[in-house]
Amino acid sequence: MLEIKNLQVKVAGKEILKGIDLSIGSGEVHAVMGPNGSGKTTLAQVLAGRLAYEVTGGTARFQGKDLLAMKPEDRAREGVFMAFQYPVEIPGVSNAYFLKAALNAIRKYRGLEEIDAMDFMGLVQDKAKLLGLDETFMKRGLNEGFSGGEKKKNEVFQMAVLEPKFCILDETDSGLDIDALRLVANGVNTMRGPNRAMLVVTHYQRLLDYVIPDFVHVLVDGRIVKSGDADLARNLEKHGYGWIVEEAPKPQPARA
Amino acid sequence: MRPGDIVAVALDAKETYVAEFASAEADLPSPSWLRGIRRSAIERFEAVGFPTQRHEEWRFTNLAPLLRVPFKPAIIGGPDGVVAEKLEPFAFGILKTSRLVFVNGRYAPRLSYLRSLPEGVRIASLAEVLRQEPGTLEKYLARFARFQDDPFVALNTAFFVDGAFVDVPKNTVVDEPIHLVFVSTARDVPTIAYPRNLIRLGAGSQATVIETYAGWAPEVTFTNAVTEVVSAPASVLDHYKIQRESEAAFHIATMAVEQDRNSSVTCHSMSFGGALVRNYVHTLFRGEGGSVGLNGLFMPSGIQQSDHYTRIDHAAPACTSLELYRGILGGKSRGVFNGNIYVRKDAQKTVARQVNKNLLLSKEAFVDSTPGLEILADDVKCSHASTIGQLDENAVFYLRSRGIDEENARHILTYAFASDVVNQVKVAPIRIKLDQLILSRLPKGADVGETL
Ligand SMILES: Nc1ncnc2c1ncn2[C@@H]1O[C@H](COP(=O)(O)OP(=O)(O)O)[C@@H](O)[C@H]1O
Ligand SMILES: [Mg+2]
Repeated sequence: MLEIKNLQVKVAGKEILKGIDLSIGSGEVHAVMGPNGSGKTTLAQVLAGRLAYEVTGGTARFQGKDLLAMKPEDRAREGVFMAFQYPVEIPGVSNAYFLKAALNAIRKYRGLEEIDAMDFMGLVQDKAKLLGLDETFMKRGLNEGFSGGEKKKNEVFQMAVLEPKFCILDETDSGLDIDALRLVANGVNTMRGPNRAMLVVTHYQRLLDYVIPDFVHVLVDGRIVKSGDADLARNLEKHGYGWIVEEAPKPQPARA
Repeated sequence: MRPGDIVAVALDAKETYVAEFASAEADLPSPSWLRGIRRSAIERFEAVGFPTQRHEEWRFTNLAPLLRVPFKPAIIGGPDGVVAEKLEPFAFGILKTSRLVFVNGRYAPRLSYLRSLPEGVRIASLAEVLRQEPGTLEKYLARFARFQDDPFVALNTAFFVDGAFVDVPKNTVVDEPIHLVFVSTARDVPTIAYPRNLIRLGAGSQATVIETYAGWAPEVTFTNAVTEVVSAPASVLDHYKIQRESEAAFHIATMAVEQDRNSSVTCHSMSFGGALVRNYVHTLFRGEGGSVGLNGLFMPSGIQQSDHYTRIDHAAPACTSLELYRGILGGKSRGVFNGNIYVRKDAQKTVARQVNKNLLLSKEAFVDSTPGLEILADDVKCSHASTIGQLDENAVFYLRSRGIDEENARHILTYAFASDVVNQVKVAPIRIKLDQLILSRLPKGADVGETL
């Protein structure tokens, strides 16, 4: 589904991703773990199309198409969804309005009719229940005055409504208490399926206790230094990142 | 242009207006008490003349384009081709209102209608009232909008022919809004009009008054309007001023409000049209316990200029003022927000909050925001805030990352920026109309409307 080759990214003139290779097949859940500042968010954002992140080399193909050449909105319409580490507050735009606009933009792109208000409300109510969001939240401004936990729930809620093919979750577990974590994990798990893939970016093992990944990659200083299965995540939890950083191959000299 | 040139232009223009008064005076509706006021006003104007950018209050406003145009009062009488259908876009959907229409400052009875009104409520042509009952207005007219302080108020006072008189007796609630429509036309030569309105609310009464200023491009018109409001104790007024003249129009308007005990006034000011628009809203608390809301939105684009000066005079204790103004500026437009809250020495327990936020949609747009608090009392709660910024690119990206295209994302965020002010509008059909007007000012705004 997603094929990343030698992806290199600069932010504000600084090299952050130094050649990422990652292949994610349909139905798979991949976790990317790594210490703070290793480039996890950069990877998530660059896949979602954030302009501030400058791709200086490499490719990313999504279902055979050149992902990096697409505008952010087209990536979303093709089925890429990123749950933000820090969702933006937008007063004056209600959650309902925003989500309906997004859903219809995606449906239009796929040649589907716009969803009518009744169907939309029905759809939204079911998914909101799944995440324990109450009714009034749809009328509130987008993330306006939401607690950290509510914002994260809202990200997963949007994901559930928009039904993307490829989900990127950037630290979706941070800021959640245990009940919220269970709800969010449950929301994510109900979306797992043979036709969908996920990239779960996280510093901690916490979320991965609930959303068991098929593959785990460790990102250190802009490189994937180790890959394995769910056990790798557990090891990291026990021993921290230190041993891996020691073990990691020294950086190659820069390419000519 | 060199400063000397503008002084010369201002001087020439002044002489023209003063000479004009001499020939027009005899035809103006003037009971004897008013004749004296008009004379004093033109004398005052002659003494001070037009302001230039050297005047602090006019620092950002170049009047030369206005002063160079030889405006003529519209030919007396006749609606100048304005028919009812042309006014339909200025109505508010299903909202039922009484309506008075003035074309170029003169009452147009055939375009006007009154719905059934509670007993004693009057909605009438000011000129007719002056003619038929010369004494009725003496206590009120020209007592609140001070021509001594403002040359445009002085000109209006000297020259006005007509406008609306709205009179609500005590303890009377007028449910349906009263819509005053001021149409400017200039089919041959640039025209000038001086609408003059007086709104009087009796004790414990309530009313909603909408002033719409209408016109069509490319007609060059100059509206110099003055509205005076007298609110008796415990009355409630919801007032709207919606500026939708042509983008070739000049518009300078003053609203002067005087509030007695426990009265409540909300002044919504929504400015869309006009080449050069300047609004001045001045409210005064004469008795304790009053509240006032100033709620403004200005949205110039292209080369429009939209200026908003406000002054809230807390002359009595325990009054509350809330002022929210938002500017959305596109193209090479310019705007000014200048808010002054004055809390006098005896005005203890004053609560005053002023917020002005401005959104620049282009690099070439410019806005000056000068909030102001002048507090002489010590037991008060006052605050002000002012911001100028662009759309938040993080927010743009957030919307795009959900499949909304960039243009729509920007429109949605622009629209959202106005929502604070729009949400202050309690009358739903007016709010819906404002939404439409805001969206229609955005390129491709209709698309956003569809998804709304
Ligand atoms: N907009 C930015 N401007 C400058 N530096 C940035 C920006 N975004 C990220 N960085 C830097 O890039 C590095 C990786 O950041 P990030 O991808 O957020 O890491 P992680 O998500 O793994 O904590 C950090 O050193 C961070 O300071
Ligand atoms: Mg991060």
